[in-house]
Amino acid sequence: MATEKSGAEILIEALCDLGVDVVFGYPGGAVLPIYDALFKQKRIRHILVRQEGGAAHAAEGYARSTGKPGVVLVTSGPGATNAVTGIADALMDSIPMVIITGQVPTQLIGTDAFQEADTIGITRHCTKHNYLVKDPAKLGDVIHEAFHIATTGRPGPVLIDLPKNVQIATATYKKPGVGTVGRKAYRVQVKPEQAQIEEAIAMIAAAKRPILYTGGGVINAGPGASQILRELARITGAPVTSTLMGLGAFPASSPQWLGMLGMHGTYEANWAMNQADLVVALGARFDDRVTGRLDAFAPNSKKIHVDIDRSSINKVVRVDLGIVADVGRAMEDMVKLWKARAYPPATHTAWYEQIDGWRAKKSLAFPDSTREIMPQLAIRRLWEATNARKPIISTEVGQHQMWAAQHFDFEQPNKWLTSGGLGTMGYGLPAAIGAQVGNPNALVIDIAGEASILMNIQEMATATQYRLPVKVFILNNEYMGMVRQWQELTYSSRYSESYSDSLPDFVKLAESFGWKGIRIDTVSELDDGIADMLAHDGPVMVDCRVAKLANCFPMIPSGASHTDMILQSDQVSGEMDDEAKALV
Amino acid sequence: MHIKPETIERHTLSVTVDNEAGVLARIAGLFTARGYNIESLTVADVTEDETISRITIVTSGTPEVIDQVVAQLDRLVPVHRVTDLTELGPHVERELALVKVAGTGEHRIEALRLAEVYRAHVIDATTSSFIFEVTGGSEKIDKFLELMREIGLVEVARTGVAAMARGKEAL
Repeated sequence: MATEKSGAEILIEALCDLGVDVVFGYPGGAVLPIYDALFKQKRIRHILVRQEGGAAHAAEGYARSTGKPGVVLVTSGPGATNAVTGIADALMDSIPMVIITGQVPTQLIGTDAFQEADTIGITRHCTKHNYLVKDPAKLGDVIHEAFHIATTGRPGPVLIDLPKNVQIATATYKKPGVGTVGRKAYRVQVKPEQAQIEEAIAMIAAAKRPILYTGGGVINAGPGASQILRELARITGAPVTSTLMGLGAFPASSPQWLGMLGMHGTYEANWAMNQADLVVALGARFDDRVTGRLDAFAPNSKKIHVDIDRSSINKVVRVDLGIVADVGRAMEDMVKLWKARAYPPATHTAWYEQIDGWRAKKSLAFPDSTREIMPQLAIRRLWEATNARKPIISTEVGQHQMWAAQHFDFEQPNKWLTSGGLGTMGYGLPAAIGAQVGNPNALVIDIAGEASILMNIQEMATATQYRLPVKVFILNNEYMGMVRQWQELTYSSRYSESYSDSLPDFVKLAESFGWKGIRIDTVSELDDGIADMLAHDGPVMVDCRVAKLANCFPMIPSGASHTDMILQSDQVSGEMDDEAKALV
Repeated sequence: MHIKPETIERHTLSVTVDNEAGVLARIAGLFTARGYNIESLTVADVTEDETISRITIVTSGTPEVIDQVVAQLDRLVPVHRVTDLTELGPHVERELALVKVAGTGEHRIEALRLAEVYRAHVIDATTSSFIFEVTGGSEKIDKFLELMREIGLVEVARTGVAAMARGKEAL
């Protein structure tokens, strides 16, 4: 008989068995036994954030940049509710995460005890699965199952609610044997059906104007999937576009790359999508930000959709061929079969000529200004100064995020951390911290806006404490820029509450946290400012003062089709009708 | 601006799930979170060792929404299997209702007469009321209630639909 351990010790032991070496957390009454167990061991490093929301986003950044699940440890009640936004964010963007929350002792559950919240109820629909563990003897198996569920299939957050008395009570723990983890009801279809792969290959070979539309699923399928995507693109000759979440899976330097598609995608990506005769969706989910008006979305195309989540297929767009599988495995089988059939590599000359016509629009061009710093220029310069170091870039949410997606080119997966589905302002700084913890030698930069950065500004202290040399590059236009842009385009420039009033002095703020602060006011200071930021080996905050009223183009207005893009040159403002106003 | 109407179908789904705490909340919550309709929902464990429950859900929506309901249910971790009985073909559906009818004189006699037609049993009687137990398809029960309303219906309790595919095969 193995010796009994406390629930808290079982938790630590199981986490170690699962290869966890870092946990992002914040202590509190209902997790004190776990923190005491952490204190007594050396295998797991605990990163103390400054608010639980920061822990969840840091775990997301860690997971997205390393491919390993992020682990969060917070207390009951407010600890759990503060983490909810990050948990919902991870669910939307399919980020593997395991969250341990403390709970009041089982005998107090339901009595409105101090710091009690119905964590299981609150998180039921923002987790992939969640557990309330009432028996320490079951804890080990639950933890192993939680990691299995978080990391397999479509990844996502899994929460374990652990009452305080269960952390104290003792039981035996045994690491489960290989193949015994999981449960019968939870099945994941990794391998595609061969007949469907054959059909897909025949459709691709027959297409005259094919396009590969890739998403975050390719990143989630691991670095191998990004490699096989390159091979699939090479042999089929199809141009490649990507969602916001999928950036980096395909190299931006490839002549087959069209840039991002969707609301702020390139002219060539959206027109190619509109004119394609075959759309191959790979680990992407036809989000409304991608499709625009549904009845005008890729209207004359056949559609293939590969997704590990069956419910994603035919959810918003009906497809001709739905393949439920791991996207990496499916692409691997496609490549094998394409080669076995000895199809000649397609060149699609006419198709690329058409695409070059759209490229000639230079939709990402922006006005030249020496008087003020164009935000696009700032990002371009940042890219030029850093791309050789293959930086990890996180963002907050808004105009700066879209400009970063448009103007910062990625060659590799796992380098781009952004809140796509939920669109969470305040994501970038904690995500950068998590990424830096997981990649100590990498250059990690949070491209931020002055409004978003204030949403989790407290995490600066976390970077200071752990000597994490993250760089925060703020495009400061003194507006919640995307809100202001929509108000300009939709509400006759009635800027209701979108001005960033009473901003702090970001340089002094940086210095007060022990960071270096740099302010860039003019175009002539831009390159030196970036160089100073990169030269400093600690955390740096750059307050880059950019053009205040610049808008992010191209843009497909909400509810419009891919062919109704607004370009920089034909900027419009005014009032939209109620149908358009009612769309998100 | 007005919201456009759509064609709606009624489907009966059979869902087998791990019999664990919170599973019903997960399923009911999925319907509210994604804006699906539940017309009726029944649940009870059906295995000898009480490990698996069978849930019968009657839902309505466009064919696309019904597809999504099935796919979303199937995605829940404790769900073993989702079967769309309406899609599958011939199946039987039954529900049970307890119907309390109050009245005296001619009304009592008429109530008993109608109950006989609908094969409803009297399971409680006072000098001024009956409780009938009636089983059948939802439409039959609706019809029975409609008639009783004219006579003196005072209270109804319905179980919701239990359903099963015809033939020898198990789900």
